[in-house]
Amino acid sequence: MKRTSLLASLILVVLSLRGDAQVTSDRLLKAADEPQNWITYSGGYASQRHSLLTQITPANVKNLELKWILPNQVFGAWQSTPIVVDGIMYVTQRPNDVLAVDAKTGRVFWQYRYNVSADARVCCGANNRGVAILGDTLYTGTLDGHLVALDRTTGRSLWDVAVGDPKLGYSITMAPLVVKDKVLVGTGGGEYGIRGFIAAFDAKAGKELWRVYTIPGPGEKGNETWSGDSWKSGGASVWVTPSYDPVLNLTYWGVGNPGPDFNPAQRMGDNLYTDSVLALDPDTGALKWYFQFSPHDPYDYDSVQVGVLADITWKGTPTKAILWGNRNGFFYVLDRTNGKFLSAMPFVKVNWASGIDDKGRPIPTPQPDGQPTWPGVQGGTNWYSPSYSPRTGLFYLSAWDGYASIFKPESSQYVPGRNFLGGGATPYAQVQGAPGVRVGRATPINTWTDAAGNGAVIAIDPVTGQKKWTFKQFDVTDSGNLTTATDLLFTGGREGYFYALDARTGAELWKASLGGQIANGPMTYAVDGKQYVAVISGNSLITFALRD
Amino acid sequence: MLLRALLFAVAGVTALVAPANSQILTVDHPGQYTQEDIARGGLFYNAQCFQCHGRDGDQISGIDLRRGLFRRSQSDEDLAQTITRGSPGGMPAFKLEPAELTGIVAFIRAGFDTSASVRVGDAARGRALFQGKGECASCHRVAGQGPRVAPDLSDIGIARAPAVLERSVRDPSSALLPINRPVRIVMRDGKTIRGRRLNEDTQTVQVIDDRERLVSIIKKDVRSFDVAKESAMPAYSDKLSNDEIADVVAYLLTLRKQ
Repeated sequence: MKRTSLLASLILVVLSLRGDAQVTSDRLLKAADEPQNWITYSGGYASQRHSLLTQITPANVKNLELKWILPNQVFGAWQSTPIVVDGIMYVTQRPNDVLAVDAKTGRVFWQYRYNVSADARVCCGANNRGVAILGDTLYTGTLDGHLVALDRTTGRSLWDVAVGDPKLGYSITMAPLVVKDKVLVGTGGGEYGIRGFIAAFDAKAGKELWRVYTIPGPGEKGNETWSGDSWKSGGASVWVTPSYDPVLNLTYWGVGNPGPDFNPAQRMGDNLYTDSVLALDPDTGALKWYFQFSPHDPYDYDSVQVGVLADITWKGTPTKAILWGNRNGFFYVLDRTNGKFLSAMPFVKVNWASGIDDKGRPIPTPQPDGQPTWPGVQGGTNWYSPSYSPRTGLFYLSAWDGYASIFKPESSQYVPGRNFLGGGATPYAQVQGAPGVRVGRATPINTWTDAAGNGAVIAIDPVTGQKKWTFKQFDVTDSGNLTTATDLLFTGGREGYFYALDARTGAELWKASLGGQIANGPMTYAVDGKQYVAVISGNSLITFALRD
Repeated sequence: MLLRALLFAVAGVTALVAPANSQILTVDHPGQYTQEDIARGGLFYNAQCFQCHGRDGDQISGIDLRRGLFRRSQSDEDLAQTITRGSPGGMPAFKLEPAELTGIVAFIRAGFDTSASVRVGDAARGRALFQGKGECASCHRVAGQGPRVAPDLSDIGIARAPAVLERSVRDPSSALLPINRPVRIVMRDGKTIRGRRLNEDTQTVQVIDDRERLVSIIKKDVRSFDVAKESAMPAYSDKLSNDEIADVVAYLLTLRKQ
C-alpha cells in the first residue's frame, strides 16, 4: 500500500515538473475551484484573500503546529506573498531572487538570482511582492525595472525585458498579474519624479503590447489637471497587483502619489490619475473609468491598496462593488462597472478632510504649519492586503490609528533619477523629542509606544460603512489579512505575533509569537489533503498545519 | 530513486544560474525622520562638520547640505558612505556610532532644523551639581555608578540634544519619553509591581521594578495596568538657578560612553 502511494506521488511530482499540469488562463479564472492552490498574488482575481479550505476551524485552530521554516539570507522587510501550484511554492526574496520550494517540507528545488543593476533606485528598500504564473512560466519584476520570465521547473530565465529606465527611478516591486495571454505590470518610482505607466507583455515572448501612462500627456483628457510641465515628473507610480473582473473584462489599478510628494504648489490642479483607481481593459489598455480618491495630494497618500471585488446588496440592489480601504483614512465603496461613488467613511482618525462629498470628492481641511495631520505619511492603511469574506460580508484591513505626521512643503527641482520630494514629513510624537512611528520595525523595543499611534485589524460592513469590530494592537501593523471558509481570519503585525481571529467577532482564537515583523500577506494551501498556513515573519517564511 | 535523480538534475541547473547578488540596503522613506534623530544629528554636525561645511551647510563649492545639493550622494546610503569613507582628496572619513550616523543623515535631510537654542555652561560645575545639590545621582546611574531606577545616563550626551536635556531638567514630565513612563501593575493574584516601562506590545509589558529587577508581564494575568504621564523626577526649574541648569546640561553633554 505504502509503496503504491509513494509511486503515485512520485508520478504526480514528475508530471507537475514536466509541466503536464500547466496553469492555463482558464485555471486562473477558476482559481476558486482549486482551493488547495494559491495561484495569484491575492489568491484569485477578485483579490478577496478568502480561501475555501475548511480543515482548520475555530474549534481546532489551537492545534496548529510549526511544520517548517524557510530562512531568508537577505535582511530587510520581506513583503512577498508566495503562490502555491500543485504542491510547489514559488516565493521571491530580496532583492529579486525567486525560489521554488516543496510546499510540504520547505526544501528548496531551485533558486534564481537576478543581478540588480547598480542604477536601481528605490525609495523604501529592496522590496518585491511576488511572482505570477501562466503555463509553465513564472513572471517577476525587478528593482531595476525589468520583467523576467522563468521556467518554473528549472528556474532558468526565458526572457528578460527592460520595462522602465532605472536611471530615471523606474522600478518594479509588485507581483505581475497574468490576464489571458498577457503579463501586466506597473512601475514604481513615485519619489523620483517618474511619469508612471502600466504595460502589458506577451506572455510567450515578452513583447510589449500596450502601455498606458498613469499621467495623461498633452492633448489627452486629464493633462489639464497639471500646471505647466509638471505632468512630466508627476509620479503616479503603480506598485501593487491589481484585481480583475473577467465578466466585465476590467483590471483595477491603484495609482500612487503625485510628485513632488509634499509640495503641491509645484503641480497645481487635481493631478490625474494620481491617488486614483483606473479601470483598464486588459486586452488594449483602454481606460474604461477612473475615480480619484485624493486630488492634489500633499500627504503622499498613494492609492496603491488592493481594490477588493465583491458582489454586495447596495440599498436593496445587487451591486458589483469594489471595496477600497484607502491610505487617506477613508473606506470607499464604488460601483466597479462604472466607477460610480457609493460611499466613504473614515476608519481611523482623520483631520486632513472634514468628509467626502456626495460625488466622492474630499472636503480638504489643511492643518496650519507645524501642526499634525492625521493620518500621517504612511496613511491609515497602505499596501497591506485586505480580505473580504463573502460568508461574513465583512471587509478586513490593517490600520494605523491615531498616527500623524507634520508635513513641511519645500520647493524642489526635478533632476532625473534623484529624489523629488518637495519637502518632508516628520512622524508626530506627542512628547517633543520622542520618537515617532517608523516606516519599518528597526528595533525590538517599541520606544514610540501607542502615544504615537497604534495598529488594528478592522472589520467593516461595506453596506453601512460601519466598523463591526476592531482588534487593537499596541504597535502598528503592516500585515496582510487572510480569511477562510471556516470564518477564521489570519493576520500579524510588527510585534511578530501571528494571530487567528474569529472573523465574525474579532476574538483572538490562537497566536504564535514568531518574533520578526510580519509584513506580507498570510496565505493558505493544501498538499495531500493537509491544509497549511504560511506567513513571513522577519527573515523567515513559517508554515503551520494541524498536529499530525 | 527517480525523484532523487530528478532533484539532483534540478539542483545542478540552479547552480549554473546563480550570479553574484548586488546588495541593496534597506532605507526608510526619504523625508521621514524622528525629531530625536534630527536633534542628535544637529549636535554631531555642530561638533564635527560645522568647521568645513559652515553653519548653513553651503560653505563648500557645489554643496548645499541643507538644501540637499550634493556632489555625488543621492540616497541616504550614499550620504552615510560619504561620511564614513570620506571622498578622495577632500573630506576625511569619520568614524561614527550608528546612532550618530543615523542622526547626521536625518539632520541633513531635515534641512538642519532642530529648533534648538540652548545655553551650555561649565561641565565641571555641572558634575558637582549632579552629584551634590541636584541629587541627580541618587536615582540616575552614570558609568557603572549609581542606582538603576531612573534611566542610565552614561550616553545621554549622544542620545539627546542640548534643548531636550535642558527641558528634561527643568520640566521632566514634558520631556519624559512615553516608553519610560512609570507604571503600576496589579496582577490578578493581587501582587503589585511598580517600576519604569522598558518595552511593551499587545500581549506583554517589560519593566524594571523599584527593586531594580527586570520583570516581564503577560497582560492577560493583569488586573489593572496604570501608566503615569508624570515623571517621578522633580522639576528643577525652581530648584536650580538658570546658570546651574546650564552647567548640568554641559555636564550631561560630556556623557558619551555607549
